[in-house]
Amino acid sequence: MATVFFIIVAFMITSYVVLDGFDLGVGALSRLLDRGERDEATELIGPIWDGNEVWLIAGGGVLFLAFPRAYASAFSGLYFGMILVLWLLIGRGLGIELRRQFENPLWRTACDTVFWLSSAALAMVFGVALGNVVRGVPLGPDGYFHLALFDILNWYALLIGLFGLVVLTAHGASFLAWRAADPLAQRARGWARRLWWGKLVLALGCAGPTYAVRSELFTHFADHPWRLAFPVLALGALGAESAWQRAGRWSQAFAASGAFIAGLLTTMAAGLYPYILPAHEHRPYGLTVANAATGHHALGIALVWWSIAIPLAVIYFIVVYRLLFRARPATPRLP
Amino acid sequence: MSNHVTVDRLQFALTVTFHYLFPILTMGLALLLAYLKTVAYLGGERRRLPLLRKTAQERATYDDAALFWARIFAVNFAVGVVTGVVLEFQFGTNWAQFSNFSGGVIGQTLAMEGTFAFFLESTFLAAFIAGRHRIGPRWHWIAALLVFAGSWVSGFFIIVTNAWMQHPVAYALHGGRAQLNSFWGLLGNPWAFWQYTHNMSGAVVTGAFVLAGTGALYTLLGRHEAFSRVCLKVGVVAALIFTTLQIFPTGDQHARRVARYQPSAFAAMEGLFPSARGAPLTIIGNPDTERRTLESTIEMPKVLSFLTSRRWNAQVRGLDDIPTDRWPDSVPLVYYAYHIMVGLGTILWAIAVIGAFLLWRGTLFRSTRMLWALMLAWPLTYIANIAGWTVAETGRQPWVVFGLQRTAAGASPASSVPAGTGLFTLLGFAGLYLLIGMLYVLLTVRIVARGPTAAEASEPSAAEPAPAEPTSAART
Repeated sequence: MATVFFIIVAFMITSYVVLDGFDLGVGALSRLLDRGERDEATELIGPIWDGNEVWLIAGGGVLFLAFPRAYASAFSGLYFGMILVLWLLIGRGLGIELRRQFENPLWRTACDTVFWLSSAALAMVFGVALGNVVRGVPLGPDGYFHLALFDILNWYALLIGLFGLVVLTAHGASFLAWRAADPLAQRARGWARRLWWGKLVLALGCAGPTYAVRSELFTHFADHPWRLAFPVLALGALGAESAWQRAGRWSQAFAASGAFIAGLLTTMAAGLYPYILPAHEHRPYGLTVANAATGHHALGIALVWWSIAIPLAVIYFIVVYRLLFRARPATPRLP
Repeated sequence: MSNHVTVDRLQFALTVTFHYLFPILTMGLALLLAYLKTVAYLGGERRRLPLLRKTAQERATYDDAALFWARIFAVNFAVGVVTGVVLEFQFGTNWAQFSNFSGGVIGQTLAMEGTFAFFLESTFLAAFIAGRHRIGPRWHWIAALLVFAGSWVSGFFIIVTNAWMQHPVAYALHGGRAQLNSFWGLLGNPWAFWQYTHNMSGAVVTGAFVLAGTGALYTLLGRHEAFSRVCLKVGVVAALIFTTLQIFPTGDQHARRVARYQPSAFAAMEGLFPSARGAPLTIIGNPDTERRTLESTIEMPKVLSFLTSRRWNAQVRGLDDIPTDRWPDSVPLVYYAYHIMVGLGTILWAIAVIGAFLLWRGTLFRSTRMLWALMLAWPLTYIANIAGWTVAETGRQPWVVFGLQRTAAGASPASSVPAGTGLFTLLGFAGLYLLIGMLYVLLTVRIVARGPTAAEASEPSAAEPAPAEPTSAART
């Protein structure tokens, strides 16, 4: 049952990164846009970004429900990182929502700067957080740890942070390449093609360091070959994305970009399992699906309502998107 | 109490208080918005129900009013969302041991809030804000109802979470952690129902006074007459209904649950030191915890016993019979917060009664003094709501989960989050929230200054797309 919730949490976090990932990427790219393009780009993500963010809140809630010990340990141990995420989320929300409130160039420049900086920083910080989870944290026997800011920013985590930034920026570029009108779409296509190479280089480049910090991530796959499906998904998506880019099929390329992210995250989850928060030095102190999970009754109940709530949420999305865009077929701007 | 715990408490007090200022209004407005939209959509000249018997022009005014309040709602919702995420994170960052201890139970309701309420609320709010012209009148009405449902479901799960901290039920302890053993027991916590109704009714009181206050403001300025009359009428009637419900039965019943399950908090609220038969109800007084007395009191003899037990001579337990290590940290704080809440509640009820009387006599729109009172009353509702939560949270002390986990034992370990770290982020939040607060006031004042007609004018026509029209839930 705890394993089921490991999958559910992984699913929700993956959904969050795939969905919010492209608007974070658009945010990071908005630095490169001129004023009109920036208006167009923020117009495209304006109605959907906070719906995407609900996945973070809901995913965090389910993590708290199913693995309270891991939630408590990770959030307190990565204190500065977590508070930084909060501040960046607030800054980003304010930046995008307030930019149109006053018709003053200075005001808009200020909002846009906050928006792109916090978007880029969030993409990076999420990578850093995942990097730390993969590397393991210095858990003590009581299940808690403390990482100072510069220990959070270790070389491996920074590398993964950079990877996160590139992957999400490419995801954002893919989105614009598909959704925006020319000439913005043309520029975005160029970025998407160039960032694809960045993704390829970093994906291959991260493999060695990952083996260095956590070799069992690889041995797990040798023990359970079926789990190789996830890295295969990631690499296949990467290849398909390139092919679709060259064929000029940008909606498929965007989907492939999302599938690549999903492949990476599920590879990580499959490699870590049964650990949910591994330890860096004293391996036995690591938090696993078994020792961090809550009681059986709670998980059973939660599975019931979760299976009702998520289809409902999907229905809301479909209904609302159809409502908003059925009447205006001229501007079908949502994915 | 060690140092880092104080910092964690201050930080949570700041972030939760600031956050809650916004849901108070959204939850209250959600109900009133749903009402305005219902009248606008279902109303007609031949309806049997008098509330729905409206001319086409009246219905248009109700629709304009709904549109105007949706703009206010959207700003509040946006700030509520960004400040609400902070709270979920803080359970983990600053209250790790509490999360570890109680996540098996309250994780349930917090996760349900996210999955059931937030998706519903955020998606349909986006549809509602997009406007009637975009999604059609029927869906616009349905969206209003679903936004209302989402925000009240969200409130319910949060109250059930808090109710478990106030009065833990439906759990068993395993390995030093609370595990849920009855889902329906958790949702049916006897504490939760009256806390929920009391809380939601308090939110509607705020919504009602904000409606009436805005109507009064425009009436005194001589602007937007039709809109103001709808706001005044709906606001005053809702204020009368919900200030009454706030006192009876919800306030009364909730207080009786506190007396039964948290005698320490109850005694602190009432400033009752010696246990007494036929205990008096204190209207005014200053508690002195050193000498264990109330000074300068005005009392109503035996009333407290009657209110708690419906018997004039019933026994009420005072703080003297409770060990001091189980007293709330600050008895005066609990006492004053409670008396401020009750005092303001009474004043608001009186304003609502007089307002409703004048409305019935048909003189409300001309009574300058009453309009001034209505225009200035709404901040009192915020103070009363926050004071009520102050009673709940400080009255529960020294426990974070009443009787199970002390607050000091619930904070993150000092080794993970030292006091200095917490202080740094506390100051950061204070600065950031000051900025958010100023922006909020700026935007709200601008919406009110533009008035409902501006809202009307910015409505996009069905024919031409208006790219500047905000479609996000949060954009205004």
